[in-house]
Amino acid sequence: MASEVARHLLFQSHITTKTAHTSSQVSDHEQKQKESPRSLTMSGHVGFESLPDQLVNRSIQQGFCFNILCVGETGIGKSTLIDTLFNTNFEDHESSHFYPHVRLKAQTYELQESNVRLKLTIVNTVGFGDQINKEESYQPIVDYIDAQFEAYLQEELKIKRSLFNYHDSRVHVCLYFISPTGHSLKTLDLLTMKSLDSKVNIIPVIAKADAISKTELQKFKIKLMSELVSNGVQIYHFPTDDETIAKINASMNGHLPFAVVGSMDEVKVGNKMVKARQYPWGIVQVENENHCDFVKLREMLICTNMEDLRDQTHTRHYELYRRRKLEEMGFMDVGPENQPLSLQETYEAKRHEFYGERQRKEEEMKQLFVQRVKEKEAILKEAERELQAKFEHLKRVHQEEKLRLEEKRRLLEEEIIAFSKKKATSEIYQNQTFMTPGSNLRKDKDRKKISNAQPLEGGSRRAGESPQAGNLASGARPVLQR
Amino acid sequence: MDPLRQSPSPSSSEASSPRTLSCERLGYVGIEAVLDQLKIKAMKMGFEFNIMVVGQSGLGKSTMVNTLFKSKIWKSTMPGLRVPMPQTLQLHSMTHVIEENGVKLKLTVTDTPGFGDQINNDKCWDPILGYINEQYERYLQEEILITRQRHIPDTRVHCCIYFVPPTGHCLRPLDLEFLQRLCRAVNVVPVIARADSLTIEEREAFRHRIQDDLKTHSIEVYPQKCFDEDVNDKILNSKIRERIPFAVVGADREHMVNGRCVLGRKTKWGIIEVENMAHCEFPLLRDLLIRSHLQDLKDITHNVHYENYRIIRLKESHALPRGPGWVDLAPAPSPAPGPAPTGTRASPGPAKVCRWAEDNSDEDF
Repeated sequence: MASEVARHLLFQSHITTKTAHTSSQVSDHEQKQKESPRSLTMSGHVGFESLPDQLVNRSIQQGFCFNILCVGETGIGKSTLIDTLFNTNFEDHESSHFYPHVRLKAQTYELQESNVRLKLTIVNTVGFGDQINKEESYQPIVDYIDAQFEAYLQEELKIKRSLFNYHDSRVHVCLYFISPTGHSLKTLDLLTMKSLDSKVNIIPVIAKADAISKTELQKFKIKLMSELVSNGVQIYHFPTDDETIAKINASMNGHLPFAVVGSMDEVKVGNKMVKARQYPWGIVQVENENHCDFVKLREMLICTNMEDLRDQTHTRHYELYRRRKLEEMGFMDVGPENQPLSLQETYEAKRHEFYGERQRKEEEMKQLFVQRVKEKEAILKEAERELQAKFEHLKRVHQEEKLRLEEKRRLLEEEIIAFSKKKATSEIYQNQTFMTPGSNLRKDKDRKKISNAQPLEGGSRRAGESPQAGNLASGARPVLQR
Repeated sequence: MDPLRQSPSPSSSEASSPRTLSCERLGYVGIEAVLDQLKIKAMKMGFEFNIMVVGQSGLGKSTMVNTLFKSKIWKSTMPGLRVPMPQTLQLHSMTHVIEENGVKLKLTVTDTPGFGDQINNDKCWDPILGYINEQYERYLQEEILITRQRHIPDTRVHCCIYFVPPTGHCLRPLDLEFLQRLCRAVNVVPVIARADSLTIEEREAFRHRIQDDLKTHSIEVYPQKCFDEDVNDKILNSKIRERIPFAVVGADREHMVNGRCVLGRKTKWGIIEVENMAHCEFPLLRDLLIRSHLQDLKDITHNVHYENYRIIRLKESHALPRGPGWVDLAPAPSPAPGPAPTGTRASPGPAKVCRWAEDNSDEDF
């Protein structure tokens, strides 16, 4: 072993040097970090080559999180493909075609393989492409992705946060299922992909690839890729910067979009049971590279690039969202005089402003409220007064009516009295008139009777008179009674 | 258990996470390949580690650092050289990149010459605390930018090795004060320096006394008991805690012993081998720092100490009076010289601030 070690000043390649951050806190005790770090050779074994293992151990303890979003029409084979990819039967049933809007359904599963725990979240679009008017189809998807970013941003901006404990629900990859028409991309597909490409890593796949023949498939793929490129849709390309996986990634990039077939049914081929779809004219084996690209998809998605997908989501898509969101809220990194503004200052300014605004609005609303109350009170009082007036009026009317009726009654009674008087006088007259002519007749009758009874003429007059008087009296009375 | 660092056990589901179902796999999928992906990514990016050594001059700090990383990080000062003693505490740090088997490590070592060397050592911990907080502040500022860098350069101090002079009695008041303050802000590993001046029995007695002192003053050194996550960690860490503080000897010269070339100190009465467990506990320290707990040190710094600092900082700037100028996010406490108008109030060092920030939730600044 060397006894003396010489220090070499080597050119630093990708170890980043400290950026010259113009902070106002450079003090005398500042370390001289501006020079690029020197490289040192060690004279013995120190042991930090176990560092990646320490990192891996920690990750194993924490577990991994992976979120897949599947976008495609109903019945195109999304759930089956996911089942096949992860070799598990996730509980799911066929969805109906009659949903009025596109909804997103997320399910989280915990998978474990040897010592790796994976929290897998599958988000399915339900009802995509089923509506007659598809204009609003992709908006729910964009909203969902943004909502996940928002949730993460909120957690990050909290004062007391726990990021390492946080269940990361941001979508890491979007599998876009293209239906195997053999012609070109549908307009809906183009629009959706265009609106999603800056928010999520898109991997387009051709679903139900057993419906296309080999030659058609090749042409279809070329057509699709050229359409995507000409429309400026940025799909996810597997990274080719690391030598160990660059070659395989580059070759896979040429096979995009993958033509996949999904199936969980097992069919006996040769002497093994393989996952396949059985047709009268043959058996399409899922894991056979000649039949479809399923194995390639699984390789790329899970075995080779899962970490890169997560990394891209965090460092590119999430950062873009964050920047846009913060700029929208009015934060800037550089103030009006090109002085570096701190997020905190702007935040405080905004807060102050917001409070002032809120205060003002509160005042306004209070005043409005008071005013309204007053108005209402006035109206009510008015109504009350009116009611009172009406009541009075009615009372008066009632009184008048009563008086009038009393008056009438009085008159009526007077009339009755007058009438009875009249009647009395008229009766007297009648009796008097009856006494002269009418009395002769009576007298003769009576004479005859009396003469029959008593042959007294002189006395009959007196007898006749007295019975007449008696008759008159008795006759007068019945008249009155009538 | 400190709620700031809860263990994400596999069967638990936090309130915010959706209902999770456990599924049986029917065959091999290839999920564990993600571990390799992680490794590749980590090796590409390289690792960073920042360490700080604190102790009086002449305790062998620079030698220890050289021995730890087996390279001449510093020129260790020989006693004969007349290096003028610094009048105030200064902080020197140097960055080196070392590589082993494809793993690149960017190592930053910060030295503190002049610590505890003056006649009046009052508040000699302030510059150190200021430096540590400054690194947190830098990271915070980078983190809250709108356009952030892809990888924020991490200059936060991950570990602070405190050298206790081998008096053989107990911790001195300076040590106690310093440890109390620093343990709240950074991971501290105390070591007994120059342990070759103590016999084995003296060493054990000294160690026990120090442990008692630490317990009496409730100083939590690394590995902190409250961060043990599962049973394995507990067992491992308790073993380490029994041996803290390690009695170490540093040496960067090699000598021949029994035909082997070993690092050691040659004296008239023998050669003290650094790597020999019977002689000193240097291997324990090295294993703790580098081989087994390096990632853990970084994690605790990031998840606990940095978060505490952030909470305090963010709360403070809300509590500031909103005057007409409000240029300020309270300026981060600047070290000793220079007026710090709100600095003294803002510095989390002084005893008025409670231990972990969660206790602060009721305390109003």
